[in-house]
Formats: sequence, structure tokens, C-alpha cells
Amino acid sequence: MALDKAAVAHIAALARIRLKEAELEPLAAELSQILTWVEQLAEVDTADVAPMTSVAAMRLPMREDEVTDGDRRDDILRNAPQSARGFFAVPKVVE
Amino acid sequence: MSRLTELTIAEARTGLGAKQFSARELAEAYIAAMERARPLNAYITETPEIALDMAAASDARIAKGETRPLDGIPIAVKDLFCTKGVLTTAASHILDGFHPPYESTVTEKLWQAGAVMLGKTNLDEFAMGSSTTTSYHKPTENPWRKSGDNRPLVPGGSSGGSAAAVASHAALGATGTDTGGSIRQPASFCGIVGLKPTYGRCSRWGVVAYASSLDHPGPIARNVRDAAILLGAMAGHDPRDSTSATLPVPDFEKALTGDVRGLRIGVPKEYRADGMPAEIEALWQQGAQWLREAGAEPVEVSLPMTKYALAAYYIIAPAEASSNLARYDGVKYGLRVAGDSLDEMYELTRAEGFGAEVKRRVLIGTYVLSAGYYDAYYLKAQKVRALIARDFAAAFENVDCLLTPTAPSAAFAIGEKQDDPIAMYLNDVFTVPANLVGLPALSVPAGLSADGLPLGLQIVGRAFDEEMVLRVGDVLERAAQFTHRPSFIADAR
Repeated sequence: MALDKAAVAHIAALARIRLKEAELEPLAAELSQILTWVEQLAEVDTADVAPMTSVAAMRLPMREDEVTDGDRRDDILRNAPQSARGFFAVPKVVE
Repeated sequence: MSRLTELTIAEARTGLGAKQFSARELAEAYIAAMERARPLNAYITETPEIALDMAAASDARIAKGETRPLDGIPIAVKDLFCTKGVLTTAASHILDGFHPPYESTVTEKLWQAGAVMLGKTNLDEFAMGSSTTTSYHKPTENPWRKSGDNRPLVPGGSSGGSAAAVASHAALGATGTDTGGSIRQPASFCGIVGLKPTYGRCSRWGVVAYASSLDHPGPIARNVRDAAILLGAMAGHDPRDSTSATLPVPDFEKALTGDVRGLRIGVPKEYRADGMPAEIEALWQQGAQWLREAGAEPVEVSLPMTKYALAAYYIIAPAEASSNLARYDGVKYGLRVAGDSLDEMYELTRAEGFGAEVKRRVLIGTYVLSAGYYDAYYLKAQKVRALIARDFAAAFENVDCLLTPTAPSAAFAIGEKQDDPIAMYLNDVFTVPANLVGLPALSVPAGLSADGLPLGLQIVGRAFDEEMVLRVGDVLERAAQFTHRPSFIADAR
């Protein structure tokens, strides 16, 4: 699959990564090269194969739905680039 | 004792127990070595005060006769493990200033066992790479040089800082993580031992996530016995990692019996293809011959689907990465670049905070998971992964372990392969299959290239049979008698 500049810009918007106009063309070439290379998988007949969704043959363990940790607001906020009154602070989202 | 940094973990343990030297003296020797090794840029953060505090605690326990398994052993930690109150960067700009409020399970277990933290080692950004050149904190240099050529070489990656530190004697052992070869390939490039355990053996809790179904924490050490000792302390069930195995942890050192008589060693014939360099092929045959002489029986096995492993990996790993790295948004921790709206703040933060390789992988991952392409790429890759697992299951019906080269080359120069992502990805052609199927795999230094650089051989075992892998690796190590030393050793004298 060859990606064009518009496709790269669309993917970058989905991934929330701002790209400069000058970056689109080289990235389109690089990503197309990688995608073309992984498309060798099309040679493999997987008609009756179930996808592997777990590395280990195990069921996910269940536990009681109860609080096991917490009360650490200030510890957690200490790493925030910006916080206010015990909350993470972000640019205004509601007018 | 002027050469404390020459000792292995097993020897240091004996010396500490016999009170030939103190944990403080050992820590001081390694702190001095770490300083001398600074030109390699193996560490992002040195923590000498913490090391001395931990060493004092070890000395107190040893004096009281309450010695723990790793008391006083100075360890480097890949900067992908969260360490409480100590800067943790994943070698990314986007985690600037992040001081985790918690400790990863694996490092907590090491400290509980008495190990001493020297610092946090360099890596490829978010562990995405095979050369430790994508780090925001500059590349790490391999302590080895080609004979007659002084150009700096890569230590491999992504655990290149850990491997360079252990190889140059700037740490006695180290933690690494291995998503596609990131413990084994740097171990091979630096002439030391690296073990990727079975998926679920070591908890992933508190390890910065790259690709969750492929990430494996494990040890890096100077020999197989030391790797066994470290694994024993790092392994074990953790309820905070839902994929952590509930199996008991065996005494891995006891597996080193030196006896491989009657074992069947699988040699996968498909790995011979793709123009393998003659010296790697020769070393591989030599490895099989050593095991034959020790009483094992090398037999050819077929893994026809493994040639698709790398392509499947470069769909699955970026897909998981694009999801895991969504959390870096400038809100909770690390870098924030101001924007007029929330979305603009996200986009500008991620544009500045992620390096080129991380962006490439997040974009590929976003694409293969996007509407209309999910079945063609991601689902297809998961089906191929199932077929690769079938190949291994069939092979292990007839053999006890597999023997392969670790990497298709020795260490290359810093700057080489930078312009061609796929050439870089091919470094992991022999290591990636074990990640896709979660099997334990060990790299042991086995010989030198024509240029005088170390080359490793890899042993792959059945799930949760690290003991077999270590047992065979130990015999291979004894046969290879790899006593060569790198050009640079941070010796305390």
C-alpha cells in the first residue's frame, strides 16, 4: 500500500501528532516502504486460522471489585505539567 | 582488593559472605567505575547516594547474619523501569522530569533481595530500536572496537546502556527488557549474556509499556550463572500484572548441572537462508559441534513460518505501541507544549516529545488499526503469529531446545543503517520469533568476528523451561571459553 501525503496527514491527525508540511512527503515514502514490506504476509494462507490473542495459554484472572490502592492524589499531581486545586489543568475545552 | 569490579555476582556473593570486603567497598568501586565509564554514555541517571544507602543496609544485614540472596550486588536498571522518586525517562523527551510515585515490581524484588541500585541506563526511545541511537539522551557507545579501527560502535539495543555498563564493568549486572530482541541482541554485540524469560515469568508492572504482548523484562549479566541468579530474584507471580504466571520460581542456579547428555538440540534449517554471513554460519555450526561433544544430539528442525515473523512483528508491535503511547498527552506527566486548544496542545506536545522512530511506529500502528485496514494488517498478523506458534510447538515435540545465532551481524558503527528502517529491523530476524510466541531465549557469547567483535549464540526453550535454556547455555559457555575483553573496561585501580 502506497500512502500519499493526504493519507499521512490523516493518520497523523488520528495519532494527535502535528506534522509540518515538509515532513509529509518523506514520511509517506518511509511508511509506504514499511507497509509494502509487511504485505509479504499476504502470501500466507490463513483461511482457517484463528488469530492469536494471548501469548500464554491462560485465562485472565478475576478478583473482587474493591479498592486496593489510592488516596495518593498529591503524589500523582506532582508530575503534572500544570495542576490547579487538586486537578490536572488543561486548556479550556468548553466555551 | 583493588579489582572488585572483576568479580562475577557469584564471586562477589562469596566474598561478601566471607567478609573479604564490604558491600560499601563494592558499591564504591562500582561508583568509581561508573564515573570512569561516562564517555560511553551508558547511564542516563547515576544514583550513587542511593547505592551507598542500600550498601549500608546490606552490610548491616550481613553483619547480623541475615544476608539476602543479592545483598550488596550493584545493579544498573534500564531507564524503562519505574523507580520511586528517581527520574524515569524511557529515553524520551516526552517524559521530561518524570519521577514515578511507585516502584516497578521487578526492581522492587531486586531491592528486596538486597541488590544495590547504581543508576538508570540508556536505551532506544521507548525501547524502539536495535542500536541505542534513538535515545533523546544521545547514543551509548559499545565498549568494544573493531581491531585496527577506532570508530565508535553501537552497543545494540534497545537495552544498550545496560549491556555497555555490564560489559565495561560499570555494573555487575543489569535489568533489560526484550520486545523483539532488546536484551539478547545487545548482549551479543557487547560479548555478555542476556536472558529473555518466558512471557509471564517476570512482571511487567511498572515497566513503561511499548508492546504489551511482546514486552519481557529480564537480566543482563557477565555469565550464565549470574543471569540465573538475577532471574531468580526478578521472577515470580505479581497480581498487579494480569498476564503474570502463577507458577513457583525454581532455583535456576541448580539447573546448571553441566550435563546435556542425551538432549536433542534443534537447528532450524530455514534460518540458514537470506545470505547469512559465513562467519556467523561457522560459529553456529561450531556451537552445534560443542554441544555434540558434550553428549547432546543436534537435529535439524523446520520452522517454515518464522520467515514471516519479522513482518508480523512490525504490524503487531507498532499497533500495540500506538495504543500504549496514547497516554503521553502533556496532561499527566512529562513535557507539555502549549496550544490554543486541548487538541492543539496534544498535537504539539507529541510532535516535539516523540523522536522520529517513535513517530514512525505510532503512525504505522495507527494506520494498521484504523477502520478498513484492521483485518488486512492487524488480524492477518495475529493469524500468522498463531501459525508461528504452531511451528514452535511442532518442533518442541522432537527437541529439548533450539540453537540459532543471536543476530545476523556483529556490532555496527554509530550512524550506520540510520536511513533505512528495514535494514535496522533486520537485526532482530533471529530474536523476534521468541517474542511472538513468548518462549524463553538466552544469548551467550561464543566467538569473535573477523574484525574482533563478539558474536552470540541463542538457545530457545519451551515455555517456562528457563532451566533447560540456562543448562544448555552454561555448557555452551564452558565450551566457548569466551575470555576476550572489550577495548574499554572501567577498572577501579
